[in-house]
Amino acid sequence: MDALKLKGSEDTPAVILDAASNIFELSGKSMPENVAAFYGPILAWIDEYGKKPNSETVVSFKLEYFNTASSKMIMDIMSKFEDISNKGNKVKMKWFYLEVDEDMLEAGEGYSEIVEVPFEMISY
Amino acid sequence: MESQNSHLESVYTLYQDMIKKGFTLIYEGEVNHQITKTFTSMADENMGKVSEDDSVRKKVFHVMVECLQNICKHAEDPDQEDTAFSGTGIFIVGRDENAYHVISGNMVDNVQKERIKQSIDMVNSLDKDKLKELYFKKLKEGSLSEKGGAGLGFIDMVKKTGHKLEYHFDELPEGNFFFILKSTISRK
Repeated sequence: MDALKLKGSEDTPAVILDAASNIFELSGKSMPENVAAFYGPILAWIDEYGKKPNSETVVSFKLEYFNTASSKMIMDIMSKFEDISNKGNKVKMKWFYLEVDEDMLEAGEGYSEIVEVPFEMISY
Repeated sequence: MESQNSHLESVYTLYQDMIKKGFTLIYEGEVNHQITKTFTSMADENMGKVSEDDSVRKKVFHVMVECLQNICKHAEDPDQEDTAFSGTGIFIVGRDENAYHVISGNMVDNVQKERIKQSIDMVNSLDKDKLKELYFKKLKEGSLSEKGGAGLGFIDMVKKTGHKLEYHFDELPEGNFFFILKSTISRK
């Protein structure tokens, strides 16, 4: 399937969803004007990927900032990958946070408690 | 020629008042996504200039975005298109020795007032762990509103700042209310 690649902007994250290269990554800032419109195609891509996923999927989140509406969308993304995991595929989340950013670490820990796939917290 | 225009004279009074109160930004008018982006990056730059602590900067940024988006989401309400509710309001950022204060004011109707009051009182009554619990519970079970809100703004503000939200409703003649919200972020 075609990769979904979006360049980041001051209010939207950079996105790489590339099954062939096995790279799944969100990075940067997220406070889009219309969260549903921005994240819609991303969620649709993951649905499609879930029909024929790679044997091992590692999803990286390297976000500097996201607003509360985006936090809901991140939850939805994780839930979709959790579904893929529940079908017997290996899925893992990597959550990157700036060492000084306790709120970002806390957010990652919160997600790891409700999404039942392995999480790795990585400070940078 | 010296102007007799009272508008011009009041500018200096306003300037002095802003300095005295520590207000670094005052805005009145329509709040949209562009304004939100501009103000938040402006404030962030300003905090950079005074070498504000990174985590304080991030918290102020967070609170500003949530506050501004609260105001601008009213603009998308089809029932409120042509009234004073249309995503307009007042927005203030102040700074004193110990803290930043983010204050917003906008019109709401009686139904909104009750909903807001209930929601803030509930959030203010919770400790840090309970707030965290509620945040992720809503994240898991909730869904986005038609306006694109996750209903997490107030919870997030209190959770991130560690300060309860202060609010006030001024009753207006037509039975509506001017809702003022203040969030405080301690400096290190």
